[in-house]
Amino acid sequence: MTQVSNAGDTRHPTQTLQVGMLARVEGEGGLHVEIHDGHVTDVQLRIFEPPRFYEAFLRGRSYTEPPDITARICGICPVAYQFSSCLAMEDACGVTVPDHIRTMRRLLYCGEWIESHALHMFLLHAPDFLGYPGAVEMAADHPDVVAMGLRLKKAGNDLMDLVGGRSVHPINVRLGGFYHLPTVAELRAIRPRLAQALDEAVATVRLVSTFDFPELEQTYPYLALRPEVGYPLEGGDVVTSEGDAWPVQEFREHIVEYQVEHSTALHSTLDGQPYVVGPLARYSLNHDRLSPLARELAHEAGLGTVCRNPFKSIIVRGVELVEALVEALRIIDEWVDGRPASVPVPARAGQGFGATEAPRGVLFHRYVIDDAGIIEDAHIVPPTAQNQPSIEGDLRVLAERWVALGDHDLTHRCELAIRNYDPCISCSVHAVEVTVSRS
Amino acid sequence: MFDESLKSSALPKLAVWKFASCDGCQLSLLNCEEELLTVAGAVSIAYFPEATRGVVEGPYDVSLVEGSVTSPEEIERIGQIREMSKTLVTLGACATSGGIQALRNFADVAEFRSIVYAHPEYLSTLARSTPISAHVSVDFELRGCPIDKGQLLEVLAALVESRRPRIPTYSVCAECKRRGNVCVMVANGTPCLGPVTQAGCGALCPTYERGCYGCFGPQNTPNTAALSDQLVAAGMPPEVAMRVYRTFNAAAEPFRRESERQERAVAVAGKGAGR
Repeated sequence: MTQVSNAGDTRHPTQTLQVGMLARVEGEGGLHVEIHDGHVTDVQLRIFEPPRFYEAFLRGRSYTEPPDITARICGICPVAYQFSSCLAMEDACGVTVPDHIRTMRRLLYCGEWIESHALHMFLLHAPDFLGYPGAVEMAADHPDVVAMGLRLKKAGNDLMDLVGGRSVHPINVRLGGFYHLPTVAELRAIRPRLAQALDEAVATVRLVSTFDFPELEQTYPYLALRPEVGYPLEGGDVVTSEGDAWPVQEFREHIVEYQVEHSTALHSTLDGQPYVVGPLARYSLNHDRLSPLARELAHEAGLGTVCRNPFKSIIVRGVELVEALVEALRIIDEWVDGRPASVPVPARAGQGFGATEAPRGVLFHRYVIDDAGIIEDAHIVPPTAQNQPSIEGDLRVLAERWVALGDHDLTHRCELAIRNYDPCISCSVHAVEVTVSRS
Repeated sequence: MFDESLKSSALPKLAVWKFASCDGCQLSLLNCEEELLTVAGAVSIAYFPEATRGVVEGPYDVSLVEGSVTSPEEIERIGQIREMSKTLVTLGACATSGGIQALRNFADVAEFRSIVYAHPEYLSTLARSTPISAHVSVDFELRGCPIDKGQLLEVLAALVESRRPRIPTYSVCAECKRRGNVCVMVANGTPCLGPVTQAGCGALCPTYERGCYGCFGPQNTPNTAALSDQLVAAGMPPEVAMRVYRTFNAAAEPFRRESERQERAVAVAGKGAGR
């Protein structure tokens, strides 16, 4: 929905262009751009998704409940919420899960990455590059591309169905592990579908690297997790492009949240400045951790060891899609039966921190529980909330560059720039409208 | 509900709307990967911002509504959507019972606001989260947190064929028996809401060796009191027996009533302990 209006005096007319609801993002929001005398004076990513008050109603609940309850913050990345909350509670209770449970968590998380990245790349983001309002319209001219995207997405969902019970709000995750582990036979049965998906993910990287990318070089710090081994998924310490590294337990000393009037999602800064989490940050800080195949494809697609152009996030997501499939196949091939599905996590009073890499970036959880395991305080910092100031920063630069375009084209390009972040607004508020105002 | 007038030569115009929710039920539509392009061929997707920026103006033949009503603006919006829609179907626990955010209905929303936000005055929030049916007439309610995509396809097929959807309202136990599961409560003493919860998930949780946690809401004749008495007799403290009903369908009438009954039991026990 685009609306253009003029206000102000005739010498310096104020022009307002509104996109009532930003499409192809998860949740509801908009963008407001103020242009005065041909220059951009203000950019606001307006988030009007109604608040649901998770952090408030978690108080008084049992410490075992956040994996099921916080999953409902986001239907697109429930596993991220389940695992960040598990890690935080296990941290509070002084429990470290055995390696095989960590590995099975990685496998379920691979399913979520595959599903979420395929959804965003093919159904939400690619239509921008190929010039269609949505994937259904795109399917008329590019049926093979859309069909491939849907098959990839389905491969992720099938993996989640097997390990998690279902793909939206999986039922199989608990503190200390799982209720029930899949067997080698069940995992082997899904293997051929994942192997085919890997071939298609490779084709996807080659396809999206041919798209036309506007130039943009981000200067914000990047923040991601970095585990002891492997590409970051289900844990690790925090690292930044400024060269800092700190354990997740210190996140409140570095990350400060603040409220702005135009958003029901809190904004965040890292040591006082805007920063970026998500695929670009993960890739740039963990390039050396990619599998040889993913690294080779990244190189073939023209990516360096660091990628700072947010428009190329679609290529990086493709590389991560490959990585998730390589990792899933490795885990399946190495899996053995006969190990316990979970370890006990007895309650003890204290504070715990957890962070994992949601498809959109680092998701922090913190809880304080009493000795009976009742939650006294809960604190959740989702990726889209962290990225809001940087999204606005990108748009300030881009809108200034594109200010001479007509409002229709300017709006469309701003939407594309927002979708670079795959914003999940349901998450960040635990919606998007574009307005351009010219004067 | 799904009247004959939908059966015309033109494809029915479908719109998808979101209120307070997690997007998971809309995602279930996109998760019909094998059927999505078939669905897109059988209906005209006129408004679905999560999937396309293309917009066809109303009125619409079918509106699918996800999410609960939590703000004054949403009350106005659902009224407008109802006026524009020949048939209105609500999707999921938020839209059919108020969702997990209806936990505010049992608390003080002003306190909730100030726990999460430094400037609660910027927010416009109602004291209660309510289902869509509390505000407008609804032609069909599809349950679940999230909905089951097989049931969603059945509802869409029923719409296109102008018939009632075949969605069972009996309990999860029926599905669990059909699946050949051993009863987790009888065999292992695992607390399970299956007896009072509507079927639709395929008895997922018991199949994964855990008790049902009620995400499809109350079945058509739920004996919640009998189940709670059993749970308490087996050693569950009343405050836990209260909480098991206060999740994703906390404001669904039978679950609300039962959680309040347990809350009174907690209060009585508390007074007893104080003497």
